This record gives sequence, C-alpha cells and structure tokens, in this order.
Amino acid sequence: MNHEIPSVVVRDLVKQFGNFVAVDHISFEAHRGEIFGFLGPNGSGKSTTIRMLCGLLRPTAGHALVAGYDVARDRETVRQSIGYMSQKFSLYNDLTVIENIRFFAGMYEVSSAILQQRIGWVLNMAGLSGRELALTGTLAVGWKQRLALGCAVLHRPPILFLDEPTSGVDPISRRHFWDLIHQLADEGVTVFVTTHYMDEAEYCDRLVMIHQGKIVASGSPLELKQHAVEGELLLLECEPLGLALDLLHTDPDVLDAAVFGNALHLVVPQAMAAVARLRPCLTAHGITVTKFGPIPMSLEDVFVALTGKRVKSANQEV
Amino acid sequence: MAEPHPAIDAIELTKSFSGVLAVDRLSFQAAAGEVFGLVGPDGSGKTTTLRMLAGVLPPDSGFASVAGCDIAQDPEGAKAHISYMPQRFGLYEDLTVDENIRFYADIFGVSRMERDQRARQLLQAADMSPFGNRLAGKLSGGMKQKLGLICALIHRPSVILLDEPTNGVDPVSRREFWRILYSLLAEGIAIVMSTAYLDEAERCHRVALLHQGHILFCDAPSNLKTKLRGAVVAVISNEPRRLREVLATVEGVLNVVLVASGLHLIVDSAELRIPELRARITDANVPVGSIEQVAPTIEDLFVATVQRDSNRRHP
Repeated sequence: MNHEIPSVVVRDLVKQFGNFVAVDHISFEAHRGEIFGFLGPNGSGKSTTIRMLCGLLRPTAGHALVAGYDVARDRETVRQSIGYMSQKFSLYNDLTVIENIRFFAGMYEVSSAILQQRIGWVLNMAGLSGRELALTGTLAVGWKQRLALGCAVLHRPPILFLDEPTSGVDPISRRHFWDLIHQLADEGVTVFVTTHYMDEAEYCDRLVMIHQGKIVASGSPLELKQHAVEGELLLLECEPLGLALDLLHTDPDVLDAAVFGNALHLVVPQAMAAVARLRPCLTAHGITVTKFGPIPMSLEDVFVALTGKRVKSANQEV
Repeated sequence: MAEPHPAIDAIELTKSFSGVLAVDRLSFQAAAGEVFGLVGPDGSGKTTTLRMLAGVLPPDSGFASVAGCDIAQDPEGAKAHISYMPQRFGLYEDLTVDENIRFYADIFGVSRMERDQRARQLLQAADMSPFGNRLAGKLSGGMKQKLGLICALIHRPSVILLDEPTNGVDPVSRREFWRILYSLLAEGIAIVMSTAYLDEAERCHRVALLHQGHILFCDAPSNLKTKLRGAVVAVISNEPRRLREVLATVEGVLNVVLVASGLHLIVDSAELRIPELRARITDANVPVGSIEQVAPTIEDLFVATVQRDSNRRHP
C-alpha cells in the first residue's frame, strides 16, 4: 500500500477569513482504497478543508493534491476527479429516479458510450431496478440515500466525499450503505467522510480529529480509543446520582463526569486507584454504590476529551 | 411515588396519514423525574407521537393524558403542563437572547418577577449568563439549542417534549445539553424526547424502541440488551471484508456486521460457535486479533429484531 501515491496529500494547508484562521497548518494523507474519516465539532474547520479539497475555495497557504492534481491550480480537473454526496442528498424530489440519474450524468459529462451501462449499475446498486419512473420524493430515506450515492459516483471518480451520509437513516439501511462504501473502497476508491456522529466514524479505516483548525488526533478508531486520551473511563451506578455528580465534579482526580441514564461516566487518571479512593468517599456522603469499575472508552469520550475543554475557555473569552 | 398520575399516559395512540399507518396502537407511561426516549429511525413515528402528546395533532384513536388531564377532553388544562420543542424551534434570530426569553414568557403568561428569576436560573444552568444581549442569530448551533430549551422551560412545565433535540449538534454540545436536561429532573419534570441515534438511547432512563409506528421493546437500556436472542462476538481484524466471506456461512451465525475494527457476528450461542469461528479463520489464514463475546448494543438488538420481523413477513 505504502508504495502507491496517496490519493489525497495535504501539506500545511491554511485558510484565513480576515483575521480568523479557520484551518491552521494541517497536514495528512489518504491512501487509495482507504475510508478516511474527518471529525470535528461545528466550526472546527472541517467544511472549510473539504471545500478547499473540492476546489471550491482557494487555500491561503499550503498545498493540497487530490488524485495528483493541485486544488489551487487545477480546479476543474480536481472537480472531475471527485464525487460528492451530502446529508441533504442533493437529489431533485420532483424528478423521477431515471431523470435524476440522467441529470447527474450530464453534469459529470459521462460519455454516451457508457451511459446505459452506468445507469444500469446505479439502478442495480440502489435496488431501484423497475422503479425508474418513481418520483424521487416518494422514496424511503434508505433508497434515496443509495440513489444519491450512485449519482455521486456515476463518472467513476477515484475520490468520493461523503458529508454526514447516514444521519437519520435506519440502522439496516445504514449497514447496507456502508457495505456499498466498503465495496467501492475495495475497488480502489478513496472515501473521505466528514461527520460529527461517532457511530459513522466507527466505520472508517482511519480518523483525523480536527478542532479549532488544527489536527488534535489521528489513527484508527481502535487506536484512538486506546491511546488518544490520557486517563481511563469509569462507570458508576449509584443513588442518588445528582449528589454523586456534584461531589465528583469538584474532585481533582475526576477530569470529566457525564450522566448516562442511571449511571455516570468518569474520566480519571488511573481507574483502580480512583475506585479505591472514591468509593469510601461516596459512601461517607450517604451514596449507595451499586456498580463502580472501568469500561472501554467510546469514540465520543475521546472526541469530548480532546475538543471539549478548549471550547469552554473560548466561550469565556467572549 | 406520591404522584397520583403518571406525568404522561399514552394508551393505544393511533394515527394514519392518507392510509399509511404512522403510529400503531402505541402505549407507554412516563413518570415525573424520568427521561423517556422514543428511539427509532426517520419514519418510525416519533414526531407524530410527540405531536399527538403535545395536543397539536388529534389521534385517530386512543387516549393521552398529561398530569391527569386528558389531552382531547381538556386541551387547555393539558397544555398548561406541557412544553413542546419541535425540531425547528421558533427562535427570533433578530431578537436577543433575553428578548426571546421574554417573548416566550409573555406567551405563556409568566409574571415578570417569576420570569426574571427563572430566566436567571436557566441561563446559569445552561452556562449562558454572559450572552443575554447577543442576537439569537449570532449564536452557535449548540447555544441556539440551549436557548430553545430555556424558552420552552420558562413557564415551569411538568412535562417537556423534545423532538430530536440533539440532531446536528456536535458531541461536546450534545453532552452539555444532556447535563442541563438531567439537572431539570430534580424539579420533578418528566422528559420525553425522540432521537434517531440509537446510541443516545443509553442516556435515557427508559426507552421505547420504535419501528414502523409500533414499539419493538420498551424498557431500561440495560434491560434491553438482555433481550437479544443469541450473543455478539467481536473479531478484531484488518481485513474485515475478506473475513466476512469466510465467516458468514458458519452454522449458527445469524448476522455479520462490518465495523472499523473488524466484524460483529450475532450468533445463537457464543460458547458453541467461537471454536468453529476460530477454526475457519485458521483454515482461511486471515490474520486476526482477538475473538471474544462482547455486550450487544441497542443497534444490534434493533437490527436483529427488525430482520426477524421482516423475514417472518416475507419468508
């Protein structure tokens, strides 16, 4: 894999809007056939980066190559090399299925020689054979989503951008969708996913977390869960929960505390030491502890730990 | 509890839209101090249910009451107890935070003294005290969401209905939002909220898992996970797609799901099938990390149940 030229190369990319640095010297590479996740809170610089990679926004400094083309110099070629699908699906609801496919084929300049074959491929992939004349607006969300995906790759782009592709879709359609994405990746398409839904991020091969324009962590989902955050996660089931939360919020060893239903999740430097010290302390305050022990970090825990703190201090400056 | 009535009591609520059954004999109760989740994908009937509970959509049949007031018989009495926050809450972007709060306080007939005290308390709970003079249009998505919640709470409702309140909100703001919700429970409020994200179900005390307008399961999240027939086996691998072909045909494997770290297999029995899975993997010579039974997620339960449902209908 490593001997191949990466599909996306980003070096010290910067975008400034006036005095505001939206993207601040970020660098990364995505390889052929890789499903690459790009995560960050609203306003972190995610969309700005994608817009630069799609050739829609000129970088202030730095370089980005997409399929070997410079996003600042070869914007038209870059745009022909990518497919783009957003959570809004950008389909025309008042057009039929086949009209939508023909529209996107025209936009992406799919040659008439292969058009029939590509149309057949999209219909088959989306499970819409026989429903060519259905109005797109009447399709269930899962079908619409697969149609939108088909339209985005009609011209066989080597790179596909997906923006929160499965938000609101039922889990079965979502699994079906990710199966299709994995198939495309197997065929060598590089898939670039932006999302702030951590369950979508779990499907990616590799993730980059971005916050305030900078990369704060990167690695596979597993690596991030195991190594990105210093400290360990504890589950605490107890009664009354509110009192325990007030008590733990002010404890110097508790880096973070969040409520999950009938339980608390705590981030501490060292799990066993924290349990040994905090359990008697909780009991002394009349709190009944029913469960207290380490649990594995989720991607959401990692995300919050890496992006939460500084968001707070930014708010206080205002 | 001492409460004579459940905060929300829904009995056999049913609603169709032009012949399509959106909500199908839905029944549940929620108590004061409880976060109750309506969890399911788009089109499963969540919003329709909330709109019926809010009294803005009459059910075709069935009943619902809020704090003992029947919504159909006594709509005004019920509405005094309810606050409904739809997906697009009507904030005025060209009014400030304080002005928006005052506007909603006036609509709900909250006295000025009560209003100022309540607003101060809510703004503080939401970490928004310094932003009273900011235009609502200039707030971030997460802060708009919090302002919507403050406006919905200004008249001290006993039940708050939230329709996908965390949709489009990043995880940091989402946690913040949940922190505020939990802080309200001490006042004895009941929270009924909907979400399309099954992982959010974990944060509710009890959830109703919805599919095509009916309830698949209704229980505490930890109890839901015990309802999966079979077990989940996680296989860590860098080649999940190859591995899936190898393992999908093993006897007792009911479902195979690709995850980034490898595969999740739903099997009839973990003890029974893990040795066979190991043998197949060795035969096929696919490098893997660990193979172990893991706790099922609510999504595993949903997928397994819905697939069994549809297999039964289309054998």
